[in-house]
Parts: sequence; structure tokens; C-alpha cells
Amino acid sequence: MSPYPALVAAGFRRWSTYRAATAAGALTNSVFGAIKAAVLVGTVTSAGASVAGYDPLQAATFAWTTQAFLAPVSVFADDELARRVRTGDIAVDLARPVDPQLAGWATDLGRAAYQLLPRGVPPLVLGALLTGLAVPASPLPYVLGVVSLVVGVSVSFAARWIVNLTAFWLTEVRGVLLLYTVLATTLTGLSIPVAWFPPWMATLAHSTPFPSMLQTPVDVVLGRAAGLGALRLLGVQLVWLAVLLGAGRLLLAVGARRLVVQGG
Amino acid sequence: MRAQLSYRTSFAADVLANVGIGLGEFATIYVVFSRTSELGGLTVWQAALVFALANVAFSLADLVVGHVDTLPTLVRTGTLDAFLLRPLPVLAQLATSDVALRRVGRVLVAALVFAVAWPRADVPFDGRAVALLAVAVAGGAAIFSAVFVVAGSLQFWLLDGREAVNSITYGGSNAAQYPASLYSGPLRWLFCYVVPAAFVAYLPVLALLGEPGPAGLPAWLGWCSPLAAAVLWAVALLLWRGGVRHYTGSGS
Repeated sequence: MSPYPALVAAGFRRWSTYRAATAAGALTNSVFGAIKAAVLVGTVTSAGASVAGYDPLQAATFAWTTQAFLAPVSVFADDELARRVRTGDIAVDLARPVDPQLAGWATDLGRAAYQLLPRGVPPLVLGALLTGLAVPASPLPYVLGVVSLVVGVSVSFAARWIVNLTAFWLTEVRGVLLLYTVLATTLTGLSIPVAWFPPWMATLAHSTPFPSMLQTPVDVVLGRAAGLGALRLLGVQLVWLAVLLGAGRLLLAVGARRLVVQGG
Repeated sequence: MRAQLSYRTSFAADVLANVGIGLGEFATIYVVFSRTSELGGLTVWQAALVFALANVAFSLADLVVGHVDTLPTLVRTGTLDAFLLRPLPVLAQLATSDVALRRVGRVLVAALVFAVAWPRADVPFDGRAVALLAVAVAGGAAIFSAVFVVAGSLQFWLLDGREAVNSITYGGSNAAQYPASLYSGPLRWLFCYVVPAAFVAYLPVLALLGEPGPAGLPAWLGWCSPLAAAVLWAVALLLWRGGVRHYTGSGS
């Protein structure tokens, strides 16, 4: 029997024990959503009636939805794995009969599944009350959106895994994690839609996996990308996922060999 | 402080990362102004002044007291108990326990944006402007320091609530970077009168420009950031004392 479904459940259960922290996070996501909605709507209003196809209501909806998906996607990097590498606990993970990367992925999907409702609903409710939301009326975008979100969470996991593994070579990864978080905040479309970027910045963003983590799921669920467009974006997401998971495996293999040298 | 300087590579990486944070935040302003020439009634460069001023004030406060929000960790590890045993004010010990020099990176970015925006923002350069700026930087840094202390104090009661207090510290900083005229209803009320973020940068810039603000925010309020800071500090110190009294030790 595969152990991975149990790990998904364990990830879900582990995060569900931090109730107060979850509520606190939802409050913060909502407050930042309100500021972001005000700035984006202000931009659209002073630019005329629309920016890159966003009218004021759509701009506000974008702000609230990115805030709702922020925690499940985990745009900001944590250093849990890096700490295990530094302390040598990673050796225990390597000795277990499960694949460390697949186990980490399963646990992270469980975490995301738990956070979706308590961290996602409050910003959307506040948005509906303060500005209103422009959401699609047909069911298809929601179905595709859930698929895209699951892949987005996975791409984010694969990238954070790689960033954490740099701990094999660097003793202090705080700078790397911070740099990752800064890049992710801008290039995932968290602070402003990627479609609003000037051409050079948009090209930069699209040559990284970051838009596949957040911008794509939001575009798909809000129906900005529909039909073939949505499928094409899903394809891009899957390519990034494969590339990052592959690179992560390679990095772990190389790093693990180094670990043996250190420990020998 | 010396400890931070002794690991040079790591320190350089930290400063660079903090420069990155500053640039990342500036990216939002940059993208917004690639789409429109004015925001909330301010031009590009005037809004850049608001951004820079808010960032200078916030990073100065963060440099000195930003780590007060690590209080739950201090409680968990029992470090706070050690502070309580010493015959010095706990808050002063906490503030001096870790002056995060790496955060100068953010001050640098903000200062650079400021230097570039100032000559282009259509602001007269005279004694009044310099005085106003000095008042704004000192007042703004004091406001954010007080916000950090309030946030820290609240955690005596909400030990699991670090993220909630982020909405007033980092949220306040984020809100201060944009013209407050963008906010309406409860949000404007929150960031003008509860967390006085508008006093940090937006109102001083309005006063610099000699322009009247939106309804309910006259431009002379731009001189009042030290006043707002004083009120907030009074609240912060009361809360802090209440918090320390409420605290009953880590139990270990």
C-alpha cells in the first residue's frame, strides 16, 4: 500500500492544529488584500477605464483572489528542510523507505488542502463586502481552476525544495530564502498582475516558474484564461513541474553524496 | 552588532537580500506608473517620495525595535525570564539585544529612490522643506517603533498571533507607501487614526507640496507625525506594562 495518501492526511492534520495561527494569518491576508485592492483599483481608475483588460472590479477581484491563494500556494519560502539539512536530520529522511521528495510533496499538498478554506475564504468574503467580486458564472473555470491550483501548489513545492537544498552547500540560507521570497512576491503576480508588467519584466517573469504558481491558477479560476488558453497555461505549469521536480531529485542525489563525505 | 560584522559573507548576503526587499517593493510602484501617470492625485515622483519616506521611516524603526515581534520565541525559550531578572527595563533590554544592521540595505534603497525623486517632484528646496522632512523622518520612525511595541505587547495575550500583528506592522508599512487618498471607508479610518500610517509619508508630502489633502485630511496634519507618535507611544507603553504584568513566566 502506498504511504503517500497517509502523508497527505498527516500534512492536513498537522496544520489543522495551528488554529489561532491560521486565524491570525487570515486576518493579515485580508488586511493586505484591502490595501492591494485599493492600490490596483486606484491605478485602473487613474489610467482610464481599464489596464491590460482589467476593469476596476476585476482588478479588485484579482487582489482578493491572490490573497486567498497566497497561503495554500505558500509563495513565501520556509526553511524547514534547510534546517534538517544543516542539523544532519536529512540523513534520517534518506534512510526511510519512502522517497523524501514525494513524501515532502504529499505533506505539502495536505498542508495546502487544509489552508484553502480557513485562509482563502476570509479575504474573499471581505472582498465581496467591500468591493464586490467579478466571478465566472459557469462551473468549468472552477473545475479547471482547482486542477491548476493543485499544480501551482506543486510547482511552488518543487521550487522551495530546491531552494532549501542549497543548505548542502551554504551554511546560512537566510539570504537565499529572502531573495527567493522577494522574487516570488513580484514574479508570481502576488503584488500586481503579471499582465500589467512592462514588456521586459513580463518576459523575465515568463522565463521563470513563478507565474505558474499563482498567476495561472488565479487567471484560470477567474475565467481570464478559458478553453484552449487555459489548457495551454496548464501545459506550461506541468512542464515547469517536471523540470523542477527533476532538478530537485538531481540536487538531492548530489547533496546526499556530499553528506556522506562530511559524515565519514 | 560586532557579531554581525564578523561573518562578512553572510552579512553581505543579508544586506543584499534587504536591498532586494526594497527593490521588490519598489517594483510595484514601478509597474503601477508604467500604466498611469498619476496615483491618488500624486505624480510619479511625488508618489515615489511617499514610497521612499515611508520606507526610510519603517526601516529605521525595524532596525532598532523590529525584533520585538519575536516575543513568542523569547517566551518559549525562556529568554524573557532572564530579562525580567535583570534590574533594567525589559523593553530597553529587548531593543538592544539585536540591532539588525543588515536592515541598512533597505534604508539605502529608500534613500536612493528619495534622492532621485526629490529634484523631479516639483517640491521647493528650502529651509521649510528640510525642517518638514526632518520632522517627518523622526516622527515616522517613532510611529513605526511604537507600532512594533504595540504589536509586541499584544503577543503577551496572543502567543500564537504573530501573523495577526503583522497586519498592523507590515500592513501599516505597506499602507504608508501609497497615497492615503486611495483608501476609502474603514481602511482610511484604520490607517489614519488607528495605525497612523498616513502621517508617516503621505501627509508630510502633501504639506511639502502645499496641497490640500482629500476631505478630512488637511495638509497641516503633515507636521503632526511627532504628535501622532507621542499618542501612540503612550498607548504602546501602557500596553507593554500591562503585558509584562500579565506574563507569568514560561513555567520551566
